[in-house]
Amino acid sequence: MIFTDEHEQFRATVREVIDRHINPFADDWEAAGMFPAHELFPKLGAAGIFGLEYDPADGGQGADHSFTVVYGEEFGRCATGGVAMAVSVQTDMATPSLARFGSPELKERFLRPAIAGTAVAAIAVTEPDAGSDVAGLRTRAVRDGDEWVINGTKLYITNGVQADWLCLLARTSDAGGHRGMSQIVVPTDTPGLEVSRKLDKLGQRSSDTAELSFVDVRVPIEHTIGTIDRGFQQQMEQFQNERLIAAYMATGQMALAVERTAAYARERHTFGRPLLDNQYLAFRLAELSAEVDLLRHYTYACAEQIVHGADLITVTRMASIAKLKAGRLQREVADACMQIHGGIGYMEETWTARYFRDGRLLSIGGGADEIMLRIIADLSGWGRS
Amino acid sequence: MNIVVCVKQIPDPAEPGALDPNTKTLKRDTKLILDESDAYGVEMALQLADAAGGGEVTLVSMAPNNETAGLRTALAMGAAKAILVSDPSLQGSDALTTSKVLAGAIKRVEGADLILTATESSDGYTGTVPEQVAELLGLPSVTFAKSIAVEGSTVKVERQTEAGYDDVECPTPCVVSVTAGVVEPRYPSFKGIMAAKSKPVDELSAADVGVTAGGWAGAGQEIVAVEQAPAREAGEVVEDDGTGAEKIVAFLENLRVI
Ligand SMILES: Cc1cc2nc3c(=O)[nH]c(=O)nc-3n(C[C@H](O)[C@H](O)[C@H](O)COP(=O)(O)OP(=O)(O)OC[C@H]3O[C@@H](n4cnc5c(N)ncnc54)[C@H](O)[C@@H]3O)c2cc1C
Ligand SMILES: Cc1cc2nc3c(=O)[nH]c(=O)nc-3n(C[C@H](O)[C@H](O)[C@H](O)COP(=O)(O)OP(=O)(O)OC[C@H]3O[C@@H](n4cnc5c(N)ncnc54)[C@H](O)[C@@H]3O)c2cc1C
Repeated sequence: MIFTDEHEQFRATVREVIDRHINPFADDWEAAGMFPAHELFPKLGAAGIFGLEYDPADGGQGADHSFTVVYGEEFGRCATGGVAMAVSVQTDMATPSLARFGSPELKERFLRPAIAGTAVAAIAVTEPDAGSDVAGLRTRAVRDGDEWVINGTKLYITNGVQADWLCLLARTSDAGGHRGMSQIVVPTDTPGLEVSRKLDKLGQRSSDTAELSFVDVRVPIEHTIGTIDRGFQQQMEQFQNERLIAAYMATGQMALAVERTAAYARERHTFGRPLLDNQYLAFRLAELSAEVDLLRHYTYACAEQIVHGADLITVTRMASIAKLKAGRLQREVADACMQIHGGIGYMEETWTARYFRDGRLLSIGGGADEIMLRIIADLSGWGRS
Repeated sequence: MNIVVCVKQIPDPAEPGALDPNTKTLKRDTKLILDESDAYGVEMALQLADAAGGGEVTLVSMAPNNETAGLRTALAMGAAKAILVSDPSLQGSDALTTSKVLAGAIKRVEGADLILTATESSDGYTGTVPEQVAELLGLPSVTFAKSIAVEGSTVKVERQTEAGYDDVECPTPCVVSVTAGVVEPRYPSFKGIMAAKSKPVDELSAADVGVTAGGWAGAGQEIVAVEQAPAREAGEVVEDDGTGAEKIVAFLENLRVI
């Protein structure tokens, strides 16, 4: 993929927004276990970071997918992975289905403010007994006249404590498995919807993660995104945006981590020589940098497919590969960076400690590595009959 | 409401700068960017045009090598068009020549109600261009604005002072220099960046703006030598024997800072 001057100008905007509005506060937000989404998001909205690919008629920017790559790579430079994750929930996890399938009224009421950053969105799929196996989810929305009545529990919901609305996936018919689910927009001030727990996590600590409980939560049927009972299929498509943005962000993060580690190894002396003079370490970093480069160009290939309107199967396969490889490589990079830093790398004061914790999520969230393998195997016609 | 904003394009302060040993001036052969100080003037102008319910913001810049990168940034923020004066003969211009060039370019903008600049640039920072431009155009000038409001043909400025601010009124058209940090400049969004691609940048020569003796030839100043700033001397240590506070007060009084 060839980036134009316009991509670079947009990159400068994203970088400045991060340097000015996020990174100076990263340590405080990490310590607080939360970042002020309602303060930060309007600033990102004003810079046009939300709704990059969405229709200008809905307040979007009308850019093609290649600009999402730039946004993702730059957000990899966030000094706290939690904020990058929270932002990507808003751009690529909670809103793509609404933008794709939502009615004009639903988009006006929920998508437009999410693009402006005046509303915070969350995606509510995972449940205590259904994570990897989305088809096993139990939260139910039962029709009562022109309303859904929702009961159930959602778990590990990013932005869940602060969100103004959820993109909820719930069972809406008795057809089992992946049939009979719907995506429903649920405003979080609806009676019966509670944050039952704010969860404490290993990493991504600036991001709030919630357990949500639904007891007779009533929302209008018109809050259904797209087609009733097609929610699972719509969510599977939405997952592709999630996996790609995660890979773009991880690539930016890894490239920076390798660079910063090399810079440290040049300054740090042992046995009278810079650490980087040890061929073993220089080669280690060279190898990682090569792997990151391969991944980066794979993500560019994914993006090009999307720009050229590839079919969902192609995109699903590529997004799954990118996410799988990014998750695995991120663990390796984070580990190597800490190792090369030595003791200081294990200290909270050094970025490597946070990165080590934050980076670990990628192989679990958004579909675990094994789920990516399962998808790739399935699409190849291998394994399950 | 038509507003002209002077925007300087400067070498990226994040990159290590270098002096040309022959001319003793900053090398400007790299890509130049919008001086951050001028982003405030651009933002102020866009807000004023908005508040007035319309009108155009025109940028004016003098820069080497037909540089437009900084102008594109300001156009992406929302300015409508730009005039760029770029001419090899202008290399080495001092602040007065720069002001003549800018004044000549501003004259070509029809119906300008207000001309904004920063109080000083980030690279040259003589802080003299705004007043010289005003003088050359025969316009009143107000400096160090922290806020500007336009009512009819009157500009009301809160002018920053050491103690607070003065309320100053001045008829339009006039030149106002804007203090850095008084507004939050908007970021160029994707939409703004794309729109900027098709906005007109009028490229002019020195002769077009009526400046014939520019550059080194026209400079009324010469940079004779550039020296390292003297190394910091050892500070004075005040032992606190109970009179530490008084000693510090006396020290500061001596420096005339209090
Ligand atoms: C910080 C964080 C934020 C999150 N944010 C959100 C959010 O905003 N919205 C949301 O809906 N969810 C969110 N999640 C949930 C996340 O998507 C799930 O945790 C993930 O999909 C894994 O599901 P699970 O935790 O139920 O693990 P399980 O399904 O119990 O799986 C456990 C492990 O078993 C392995 N495994 C599972 N199935 C197979 C298989 N078939 N073959 C081989 N191995 C297998 C995998 O290694 C997996 O990690 C978040 C999670 C975390 C930790
Ligand atoms: C001591 C000294 C050192 C110098 N060093 C250098 C050097 O290293 N390299 C070099 O090239 N020149 C140098 N110059 C020349 C100097 O940059 C010019 O005088 C310059 O063109 C204008 O001065 P300034 O940047 O100080 O403007 P200031 O008076 O500080 O600028 C105030 C405002 O006027 C506007 N403005 C100023 N210049 C322009 C412009 N070109 N286009 C549009 N708007 C403008 C901006 O809004 C700016 O913020 C030096 C001059 C002096 C006296």
